[in-house]
Amino acid sequence: MTWVLNNLDLIGRLTVEHLRQSAIPIMLGLALSIPAGWFAFRFRLTRGLLLTFVGLLYTIPSLALFALLPPLLGISFLSEVNLVVALTIYAVAIMTRFVADALASVEPSVRQAAVAVGYGAWQRFWRVDLPLAGPVVLAGLRVTAVSTISLATVGILIGIDNLGYLFTNGYQRQIVPEILAGVVAVVVIALIVDGLLVLAGRALMPWTRKGS
Amino acid sequence: MRTTRRTTALVAAAAATMLTLSACGGDTDPLAQGTGDDEPSAPDTIVVGSQAYYSNEIVAEIYAQALEADGFTVERNFSIGQRDAYMPALEDGEVQVFPEYTGNLLQFFDPETTATSSDDVYVALQEALPDSLAVLEQSTATDQDSYNVTADFAAAHDLVGIGDLADVDEEIVVGGPAELEERPYGPQGLADVYGVDVSFEATGDTTVQDLVAGTVNVANVFSADPRIQTEGLVTLEDTEGLFLASNVVPLVGAGVAEEVASALDPVSAALTPEGLVDLNVRSTEEQLSSSEIAADWLAENDLG
Amino acid sequence: MGLFGDAIAWIFSPDRQTGSLPLSEAIGTHLAFTVVSVLIAAAVAVPAGWLIGHTGRGREVAVALSGAARAVPSFGLVLLLVLVLGVTHKVGASTTAFVLLAIPPILAGAYSGVEAVDRRVVDGARSVGMTPAQVLGKVEVPLGLPLLIGGLRSATLQVVATVTLAGYVGSWGLGFYIVQGIQIRNFAQILGAALVIVVLAVVLDALFAILERLVVPAGVSARRAPEN
Repeated sequence: MTWVLNNLDLIGRLTVEHLRQSAIPIMLGLALSIPAGWFAFRFRLTRGLLLTFVGLLYTIPSLALFALLPPLLGISFLSEVNLVVALTIYAVAIMTRFVADALASVEPSVRQAAVAVGYGAWQRFWRVDLPLAGPVVLAGLRVTAVSTISLATVGILIGIDNLGYLFTNGYQRQIVPEILAGVVAVVVIALIVDGLLVLAGRALMPWTRKGS
Repeated sequence: MRTTRRTTALVAAAAATMLTLSACGGDTDPLAQGTGDDEPSAPDTIVVGSQAYYSNEIVAEIYAQALEADGFTVERNFSIGQRDAYMPALEDGEVQVFPEYTGNLLQFFDPETTATSSDDVYVALQEALPDSLAVLEQSTATDQDSYNVTADFAAAHDLVGIGDLADVDEEIVVGGPAELEERPYGPQGLADVYGVDVSFEATGDTTVQDLVAGTVNVANVFSADPRIQTEGLVTLEDTEGLFLASNVVPLVGAGVAEEVASALDPVSAALTPEGLVDLNVRSTEEQLSSSEIAADWLAENDLG
Repeated sequence: MGLFGDAIAWIFSPDRQTGSLPLSEAIGTHLAFTVVSVLIAAAVAVPAGWLIGHTGRGREVAVALSGAARAVPSFGLVLLLVLVLGVTHKVGASTTAFVLLAIPPILAGAYSGVEAVDRRVVDGARSVGMTPAQVLGKVEVPLGLPLLIGGLRSATLQVVATVTLAGYVGSWGLGFYIVQGIQIRNFAQILGAALVIVVLAVVLDALFAILERLVVPAGVSARRAPEN
């Protein structure tokens, strides 16, 4: 406990870093998975291939992906871009299936009704399909957010500073409270972000409030 | 039905992933240009890096604070990883000051080197370094790889030097970080130089604990590790020069060598072998942060 | 083929049969960690999930605990447990962290499978005189199998990728090569080991696909598995 109290500024700084590094992949994951999920939903032939492809991405060990991106993308080993790109890949891998399922959960009769009252394909997608798919997309986003925040810690093994620093540094120095502080901080910020997403979902989709 | 198709698709997707990965392997990736803007920082900002090793980070922090006291703006890029990972960043000028160890650094640039004494290594190192890098004055503090056994094991097998391991009648298991297996002083070096056949067990950052617990019976530990004393370990004498003397030295970008020398040379002059162990003790025993340890040390040595 | 070709060459190099950790042994320990972790997680989560699904109680608690468990970083947990349990228990420490990782998807698969059974079917079983235990054992569990297997499948795929982290604390699994490869900057080795892990994942996924077909009773359509 003494260690934690003496190092609150370090924990705070790493937490901010950690949130910053996680936020971009979560948002990019959402943005990229909407077209990908729509593609999987819309074209039945590609559905199996696309969904298994993203499923496969998720089985690439994070440690290997973090380390392989610098030579593959031609960027510096020290760049945070490595971590952000890798986490975005995992976020898309999780989210795409959720988006495809979410779109599939919209009643076909609702879609036909939208066409009947004169919505074009583009309008219909944004005004009918996506809002109705919202709750399932949100569920996917919550899983993605928690997983991204937890996975980001592995970045320390390729030299990206975040809460994962407390794991390796505490392990070397044999300071149990240091590692524990890191684990607790990760869980706490993951749950806070999760809570914020739930609140955001209620604000954006007021019609789901009663159901949840 | 569905599941069979899914498996087939998975195999197809696996092939697609592999192709994508290999297609990206070229050096002319368009993305490279967008992110290749890691130019050396402004002249008055010095980027100090460190290994992902707590002791190295303390020395890096001392360098950083000494530079700050000398009027430089310092950016810290700590816990980067091992030499193979950060050296490209140093050669590119992305990082300009880095605490290094002469022997290991020399072996990195010249694996065939025959220098072993502290002075020979330092001279050889200056020749081996690429033009973009330079080393400043070295300190007397050493932190080099060493093979250690428990006091009981040393007594039971009458061990003094590394070569004595050849006469031990039980299996020798050497513990150390995963990369030790590939180093010149690793298992192969033990066999070639001392005729000692060993098996290797990666013990990560818990090598000393693994030695004490008995999972391994020889441990590769840095000589400035305080636990060599606190755990009563016996460091086996390296009579054949398997390990190179490894003094703590600032490795700097050639372009900034002159301007940072006035701040860092006094640090190297004041850093002693015992002093380095003490710094480590303050980190592992008193559990202080590297910035506190560095500030105290600089104040004690009138360098702050 | 550049890096990819080098990685394939690394996998099939005769050097992989020697060294401190031959490739076959790394694959063996990697799979052992995966299988044991998933089995232990299943032993805990399957009965609990069936009970939750059958009684309809404790679902909120299970969801909340699963959410928290999912947020725990496996890497930190492995290191924490090694320090707390001691270095002689590295295998146990790592396994514990992987079990925790595997529990949420298996638990969700178990209770959602039982919950998804049509209430009319359950009422029908009751009306022909089945005891609650019989309803669970003869109706709810068999009909819920597709979702349970989906949960096991999802857990296995997550664990097989995450077991890589065990390579940070000892000479086990394919993660050892990745950890070593990062330190010595051998990208062919990193990619080679990662490809082997992906292949293991594909094989395990195919085995689950076969298992699903074998154990699902005739007449029960294979529904999509829950994510996680």
